[in-house]
Amino acid sequence: MKLEVSSLNSHYGPAHILFDVGFEIGAGEVVALLGRNGAGKSTTFRSVVGLVSQRSGQIRFDGTDISRLPTYDIVRRGLGYVPEDRRIFTELTVEENFTVGRQPPREGVATWTPERIYDLFPNLGEMRRRPGGQMSGGEQQMLTIGRTLMGNPSLVLLDEPSEGLAPKIVEQMADAILTMKREGLSVVISEQNLHFAKLISDRAYIIEKGRMRFSGTMAELEANPEVRDAYLAV
Amino acid sequence: MEFILVQTLSGLASAASLFLVASGLSIIFGVTRIVNFAHGAFYMLGAYMAFTLTDRWTGAFGFWGAIIAASLVVAVLGALMEMVLLRRIYQAPELFQLLATFGVTLMVQDIVVLIWGPEDLMGPRAPGFTGAVTVFGRMVPSYDFLLIALGPVVLGLLWLLFHYTRWGVLVRAATQDRDMVAALGVNQKWLFTSVFALGVFLAALGGALQIPRTTVSHSMDLAIIVEVFVVVVIGGLGSVLGAFVAAIIVSELNAFGILIFPKISLILVFLVMAVVLVIRPWGLFGKPESAPRPAAGLSIRPWRPFTPAERIAVAVGVFGAAVLPFFLGNYALTVGAEILVFVLFAASLHFLMTVGGLASFGHAAYFGLGAYGAAFLVKFTGAPMEAALLVGPLMGLAGAVVFGWFCVRLSGVYFAMLTLAFAQIAWSIAFQWVDVTGGDNGMLGIWPSTWASSPRGFFWLALGIAVVGVGILRVLVFSPFGYGLRASRDSALRSEAIGIDRRSMQWVAFIVAGTFAGISGATFAFLKGSVFPDFLGIPTSVDGLVMVLLGGIETVSGAVVGAVVYKALAIWLMSQTDLSKLVLGAIIVLLVVAFPKGIVGFLEDLRYRLRPPRANGAGPKTAGYGIAKVEAAE
Repeated sequence: MKLEVSSLNSHYGPAHILFDVGFEIGAGEVVALLGRNGAGKSTTFRSVVGLVSQRSGQIRFDGTDISRLPTYDIVRRGLGYVPEDRRIFTELTVEENFTVGRQPPREGVATWTPERIYDLFPNLGEMRRRPGGQMSGGEQQMLTIGRTLMGNPSLVLLDEPSEGLAPKIVEQMADAILTMKREGLSVVISEQNLHFAKLISDRAYIIEKGRMRFSGTMAELEANPEVRDAYLAV
Repeated sequence: MEFILVQTLSGLASAASLFLVASGLSIIFGVTRIVNFAHGAFYMLGAYMAFTLTDRWTGAFGFWGAIIAASLVVAVLGALMEMVLLRRIYQAPELFQLLATFGVTLMVQDIVVLIWGPEDLMGPRAPGFTGAVTVFGRMVPSYDFLLIALGPVVLGLLWLLFHYTRWGVLVRAATQDRDMVAALGVNQKWLFTSVFALGVFLAALGGALQIPRTTVSHSMDLAIIVEVFVVVVIGGLGSVLGAFVAAIIVSELNAFGILIFPKISLILVFLVMAVVLVIRPWGLFGKPESAPRPAAGLSIRPWRPFTPAERIAVAVGVFGAAVLPFFLGNYALTVGAEILVFVLFAASLHFLMTVGGLASFGHAAYFGLGAYGAAFLVKFTGAPMEAALLVGPLMGLAGAVVFGWFCVRLSGVYFAMLTLAFAQIAWSIAFQWVDVTGGDNGMLGIWPSTWASSPRGFFWLALGIAVVGVGILRVLVFSPFGYGLRASRDSALRSEAIGIDRRSMQWVAFIVAGTFAGISGATFAFLKGSVFPDFLGIPTSVDGLVMVLLGGIETVSGAVVGAVVYKALAIWLMSQTDLSKLVLGAIIVLLVVAFPKGIVGFLEDLRYRLRPPRANGAGPKTAGYGIAKVEAAE
């Protein structure tokens, strides 16, 4: 297994957010973490990369326990994270944003250069010197994914990559994620948009109120409309 | 005409060092969010170190080598301070870091005197720049031209560093979003340390370059730090270009102000700063803070009024204090009265900081205004003590009405800086308006009425004032006004959305705090029998901050304990050792590291741990610092 999480509990101050969350991601898989707004998707991701300080449980990445490591160390091991709110550096140009994300090449993992990312997202190639703050939402989403890829990750946590984007850009995102999969990356996306998840994912987990409620292939989820209705439908 | 040019040149030469120090402070703040009070101390160390090294190494290479070497040595010291001290407290509220670095400043002041002695030192001239150039018939030191050229050169080098090296890009990224930089695999620890080292290097270089121009003295640090604060606030915290422009503005104002408006030369710079902050609250080149960290408050354990048992304990405590005059001698009672005066002063600042969430750096202004108000009444109208104590604090109130109106337009560090500026204005008026205030000589002969003239009588008077004052402030905390104020503090947007007028609330809080500070100041005037500009000075303001933080910023009554402990410690140390600043500074640093929640906060934690209030045990252990990270779930 690429990433194994078990009995993960997280708190924000006095509030208990995640309850014994567990999931597994295999090498080269694209897995969707589905759930409604506030279900705990982002907290799960943030806990895995160590951005939630109050967390307990086992998190193994490439067989190593990373649950006590600082964020930068986790990321340097090849676990990339793309936050939901993008958090691009608005003062920095596209190129400079990439510079921040740059890490040395990793053995057995695809190596990314700015040029390769411009191939993936041609829009970005046309605005290499534009400050991040002067880009559209879709371009910023591309930039934040490209910036994480510059760290040559073997697994990427993508938090709601389709949120608030135009349908055309969503398609581009789906293509990009499939390209990443072809490159051998494991990808976990958190989504509310089941349609988008179906386009790209092999498997899905459903989280609700901080607890895992479902695990299975997309076909199994398809075959269980009551699960979808209970945890996903509005 | 030529005179103006020469004066302009002299201002530009002064701007160089100011820019170096200010850009260092700005860079450090941008990345680490620490307002490094010790920056002035590093500037001073740079000058002393350069003095020693230029003394040993002679010749042109020796001189310039010594300047650089001195700056590097001090930069290493700065990096050490960051690694040993600041790394432990990055998660603490901003003020703690300020307090810790202030503690270091105190220590350095004594250490410098220990090593280099108390006399001013005269450094060598710079080889090759010993002469003067004649400009329109006037002599301008050639070294000034070197400094004038140096400013833009350093600005350019910093720009290249920040735009053309990966390190520089990382620094700029971290200035905007530190956590995201870590989430991209960058080890912040070393980034912070290296940024700190660069900032301190610039400060030390600024100091080292001063030695051919001025004497080296152990009071350089406070003089420059106030100016540097003004520069970074005018220019915009975190902006190097802003520091450059503002350093020139401030230096030119100084150069011309002293000639054109000699009466108000000291306050001119602060007036400009106040105007800039009101028009552009984040400085000329700064950016509005996206999400300022709350200055205080947000305790995990909600505040509550005293339980009946605690009421009895407080009553016993007050009674215990009231019978002290039967057991203590006159000296101890005078000290006790002074402590009580500062209990009320600290409580008033605590109210503004903790309940209002507004950390004032110039609270002494209202303390001093109250003291001067009482002194004016006694001196000019012959009013008795009782009347002066009642009416005098109104001057503190009036000051708070005027200054507060401006200040509450800002928040966070900028609020702190503007309050500091207003306090300096008040200080300058007291210092320069000699006809009325007596200037540096102060106003003497402010004696209490006969019944309160004995140490015992005055102790009771001070106790009565402190108990009533602290009591009223405490009642306010749990009044609807207090709740509204806390709501504004915790979430400005949400409280405004339910109809709370944040600014008015904070303005009123500012006035309340200023008034009670004025009452304590008026009492202090009668205790000392005199009033001096020092009452309004920065050290008095900082004393208040130390008391509040020492007691515990997230507690309701921490200020009382903090004031008693700090004042008693300070007075005792003064009598015990010549190195009181060194010891006091060390104690402040240790307390900040060991008791980040203050004494009362620490005791509350202890009690909480021994006897948790509820038995469900679901809550996690509280984080090291009280500010609960209120992160939106999901």
